[in-house]
Amino acid sequence: MSERALSAVNVPTSRTPSPVRGVPTPTDPDDRGSGGAPMVQLLTPAGTRVHDSEYDLEFTVEELLAFHRDMVLVRRFDTEATALQRHGELGIWAQVLGQEAAQIGAGHALKPQDFVLPTYREHGVAWCRGVDPVNLLGLFRGVDGGDWDPHDHNIALYTIVIGAQVLHACGYAMGMQRDGVVGTGDPDVDAAVLAHFGDGASAQGDVNEAMVFAASFNAPVVFFCQNNQWAISVPTTTQSTVPLYQRSAGFGFPGVRVDGNDVLASYAVTKAALQRARSGEGPMLIEAFTYRMGAHTTTDDPTRYRTAAEVEEWQRRDPIARLESYLRSEDLIDDSWLAELAEEADELGSRLRTACKALPDPDPLSPFGYVHAELPAELAAQRDEYAAYLASFEDAR
Amino acid sequence: MNAAALTAVRPEATTQNVTLAKALNLGLREAMAADDKVLLMGEDVGTLGGVFRVTDGLKAEFGADRVVDTPLAESGIVGTAVGLAMRGYRPVVEIQFDGFVYPAYDQIVCQVAKMHTRSHGRVPMPMVIRIPFGGGIGAVEHHSESPEAQFIHTPGLKVVACSNPVDGYWMLQQAIACDDPVIFLEPKRQYHSGKAELDPSADPLPLFATRRVRAGDDVTVISYGPQVKTCLTAAEASAGEDGPSLDVFDLRTLSPFDLEPIFESVRRTGRAVVVHEAHRTLGPGAEVAARITEECFFSLEAPVHRVTGFDTPYPPSRIEHQWLPDLDRVLDAVDRTLAF
Ligand SMILES: Cc1ncc(C[n+]2csc(CCOP(=O)(O)OP(=O)(O)O)c2C)c(N)n1
Ligand SMILES: [Mg+2]
Repeated sequence: MSERALSAVNVPTSRTPSPVRGVPTPTDPDDRGSGGAPMVQLLTPAGTRVHDSEYDLEFTVEELLAFHRDMVLVRRFDTEATALQRHGELGIWAQVLGQEAAQIGAGHALKPQDFVLPTYREHGVAWCRGVDPVNLLGLFRGVDGGDWDPHDHNIALYTIVIGAQVLHACGYAMGMQRDGVVGTGDPDVDAAVLAHFGDGASAQGDVNEAMVFAASFNAPVVFFCQNNQWAISVPTTTQSTVPLYQRSAGFGFPGVRVDGNDVLASYAVTKAALQRARSGEGPMLIEAFTYRMGAHTTTDDPTRYRTAAEVEEWQRRDPIARLESYLRSEDLIDDSWLAELAEEADELGSRLRTACKALPDPDPLSPFGYVHAELPAELAAQRDEYAAYLASFEDAR
Repeated sequence: MNAAALTAVRPEATTQNVTLAKALNLGLREAMAADDKVLLMGEDVGTLGGVFRVTDGLKAEFGADRVVDTPLAESGIVGTAVGLAMRGYRPVVEIQFDGFVYPAYDQIVCQVAKMHTRSHGRVPMPMVIRIPFGGGIGAVEHHSESPEAQFIHTPGLKVVACSNPVDGYWMLQQAIACDDPVIFLEPKRQYHSGKAELDPSADPLPLFATRRVRAGDDVTVISYGPQVKTCLTAAEASAGEDGPSLDVFDLRTLSPFDLEPIFESVRRTGRAVVVHEAHRTLGPGAEVAARITEECFFSLEAPVHRVTGFDTPYPPSRIEHQWLPDLDRVLDAVDRTLAF
């Protein structure tokens, strides 16, 4: 293991620890909200720019504004989708509310040649990959399984079975190794895989097996765990009694906890981890410490298992508000920027509403369409029999 | 004890009008109160009471040692339940949705199912694995599946499916009392739809028994779980139109099968239709049809017909009601057996 990898295993503890989830503390604007473990942070909840000994970066104005714009638009997309579910246009929706910084930060750290394995909540990352939000809605509306070509956007379809995609990420990374696109030194060639999963998923065998494989084969995969403190009603403490980022040490690669509500830190840490993987130094685990501000999905009732005080505590660490106050304090944005962005968000919202409602129901025979590369004769017969049955109703009219 | 006191201690001991979710909840409560070796495990079963609220209130009543919110790992849940069973406990495991049982498949098939055989009966596996199954709730993929054939095909497992609140209440308690591992299938779309009178003082049917749910003369219609309701509705519709009269059965038990009542019926009707949401090929209907052919060959007037889910992945929810067997498809099959 390289020097750098080793130093990342022993993350410098100069980083300030603070309160444990679920235990609200008196409001301190500079409380880092790290859950008691050292955590990389470049922007405090109050919007003060702070520095990290290992992951600090200089950001251009364009980068800062792009982070802000993307977070605002993704939040709007998420709000709109939630409303569409309430109006019966979607069967269910999994909100990303509160996790925008982790996802936009990670998404911006990707290069076009990298590949992403998402969960079902990666709307911000999908946005960064250029997937049209409308094509994400189909899965939740119940018309398809997500309508984008993974190869066009270098992001796989959403995975609902918890943890399964993390193994796929490792295998995809092994493929990159074989294709000679790791460690060439050419920044336009070297590639890595970003594997998303949640705190709950961290308990799954698949996820742990993926870490074993990644370590064994030194695969260029970055494990990006959004610890949003809850797996439906189960707190992260049930999945892990140590901070999740520390898990990687046992598998033999570095891990780091980053403030997942800090887009600058999320970007910086993911960028470093991806670069490390691309250059052939192997896997790394990032625990993005964040919070699921909404319900698990639109069918969930979080009041049954968490307190309003806890949610309020996290509200204070809102990822967008924090970046906004920093940008304002630096005079990088003003009211007119915000007004223009609000208008753009409105347009996005109205486009989504219209496009979602226009998504057609699939043909009843479509389930037969892609079961196999080549439809077997007996399945074709089943389809034809069903088609004849459906036609008999038409004839009866 | 007077009636009022009895009610105060065990509200479930009086007749109640309950949903399936509530009936299962009451059944679990009875089983837990009767035997302190019974414990519940699963994702979100404790504080939340399960995503369908089947375990609602049980953690508060019996404590976190007996109603365990587990880490998110199905193989872990079933695998640790095996160890608990070895230690003399009777774990009742909840799999959150049918499509999420597969991470535990290895533990179920290789460990749970075979332990009795391998240990010559010295290590029984009195475990219940509850699985909400079937479609029709408008969910995303992996939430609407019917995996029963996988388990019926596995020697060493018992597989049962309830179709109504009263059966849910009794069958669950009987499954927990059973010394063999039982896969317990619950028709999820009926959890909160419709109530039934539950009389806890009534005598239940044994667990591994098929029930005739409507008598008829022309065609034997066989189902279980969520499709029993469809078949009953079809039978009523048919009767209402002076159509064929259907002899409708709720199998209830899929491993072992209890097919004598079916054979008796088919010997009279000469015609049978099997209905389930599981895929057609090697689904339970294939076995039922084969056994009917073996036992009633000379009485048959038509081949046994199957109305099933197709041999495709479960479709997106907007067309699930077209994919699922429904009243029209059942009656169409009935007509075809009669026209044969
Ligand atoms: C294998 C499997 N088991 C259970 C579920 C049901 N389920 C869906 S999301 C979820 C919680 C996931 O928590 P986490 O990994 O923390 O991700 P989050 O939803 O918080 O983003 C569960 C139990 C599932 N989808 N897949
Ligand atoms: Mg989570």
